[in-house]
Amino acid sequence: MEKVFVNDKDIVIPGEPLAEGFDFLPAGKAFREDEKIFASTIGLVYVKGRVIKVIPLAGKYMPKRGDIVIGKVTNIGHSGWTLDIDCPYLADLNIGEASSEYIDLRKASMNQFFDIGDYALTEVTAISEGMFVKLTAKYRPYRRLVGGTIIKVSPTKIPRIIGKAGSMIKMLKDHSNCDITVGQNGLIWIKGDAEKQALVSRIIKVIEKESHLPGLTDKIKHMLEGGK
Amino acid sequence: MGIDSIKSYMSELLKKGQREDGRKIFDYRKIEVEVNPLARACGSARVRIGETEVLVGVKMDVTKPYPDSPDDGTLMVNAELIPLANPDFEPGPPSPQSVELARVVDRGIRESGAIDTAKLCITPKEKVWTVFIDIYPMNDDGNLLDAAALGAIVALKHAYIPKYDEKEEKVLYKELTKEKLPLTCLPVMTTFGKLDGNVFLDASRREEKSYDGRLSIATLENGAISAMQKGEAGTFTEKEVFELLGTAIEKGKELRGLIKKV
Repeated sequence: MEKVFVNDKDIVIPGEPLAEGFDFLPAGKAFREDEKIFASTIGLVYVKGRVIKVIPLAGKYMPKRGDIVIGKVTNIGHSGWTLDIDCPYLADLNIGEASSEYIDLRKASMNQFFDIGDYALTEVTAISEGMFVKLTAKYRPYRRLVGGTIIKVSPTKIPRIIGKAGSMIKMLKDHSNCDITVGQNGLIWIKGDAEKQALVSRIIKVIEKESHLPGLTDKIKHMLEGGK
Repeated sequence: MGIDSIKSYMSELLKKGQREDGRKIFDYRKIEVEVNPLARACGSARVRIGETEVLVGVKMDVTKPYPDSPDDGTLMVNAELIPLANPDFEPGPPSPQSVELARVVDRGIRESGAIDTAKLCITPKEKVWTVFIDIYPMNDDGNLLDAAALGAIVALKHAYIPKYDEKEEKVLYKELTKEKLPLTCLPVMTTFGKLDGNVFLDASRREEKSYDGRLSIATLENGAISAMQKGEAGTFTEKEVFELLGTAIEKGKELRGLIKKV
């Protein structure tokens, strides 16, 4: 009883059956229950040979080991910082993970490294069973983000903002002379000339809104060159 | 970094007469007005300013008048800030912010005399109509004040008085009369923000998070001012206030044009 119920690039809703039979493999946001494969979220389905994959169209960021994320410091504890990485769980940056050098708390105060309200670029190192997220900022490029501005986009649109092999983000950087850092959690840090920062944040909003439309790259190029 | 850095970036933009979203300093975002989206209300309106969305409903009931104004109808404005609109809003008793929103909208309408309260009297000293205006922000992307005030006046303008059963002393909400709620003028609100000495109109949520002060001005067709409210810690100079009054009257004409179109 091998059967696929959907076509490639169909939009599916949570609980929608995608395929039947043990010949198929669920991937992404698809899951198997007995013989059938279902979608667990609203998204686009990709059927590639035997793999049924669901890419979500919307949703909150879910931390994954190895993700580079931007977080906002919300609390300073005895031995580390609590960061808000815009996901349902709190993230913890231990003092030993904050710098590659030894931090002597008798000589330095915690807020010299990260103060409340600061943004930091970090990597997710571990997620415990109780969904405690552990971060590191030990090595470059992980650091405190000084100056610039932060904007928030849907984390599902991050791949489109980066583009194929980083093409979109490279174009943005080259045309605007801005420093742009994209976190997998949907936070984007832009630093440069104030007008260019505003332009880049406007363009990123356009990419977020029109990520599914064809001819986007040309439109973005036009916008970067001063067009509307 | 954090909020300070975003603040300085925004003030740098404002100094050049620019905004983060590409607007000029005295530009509104795109405003959309929808009339009577709620079937069960006497009148209602949905207003969108950019991503900000507010739903306003008008309901009428027969009550006893206040002893000091025995032949005048009464007005009550209520606003509820639900977490759906903004994660910073908490459910529970009204927050100072929601009380302020309701009261500023209330004052703009009440003090302008926009509702002809004398016509809302059924029997003096005994029965008058009370107009309830309920404000429900659906999405807060900044400037709820202007959106709510605009929604309130549009809802009032398109409100019909329900039928009243004199014998049973009951309001028949399912049957509206052909009689419109008596309006005399159209007060509209314009809210300005100030950041590092730069004044601008219609702050977005990001701008609201970093501005120092805000000034709301409600104006009428004839240029009269029916309400003013200053919020946050920042201050406005006398010169600025007088200039803003002029801008508010100009922008009021724009908004009134929108009201008349729908």
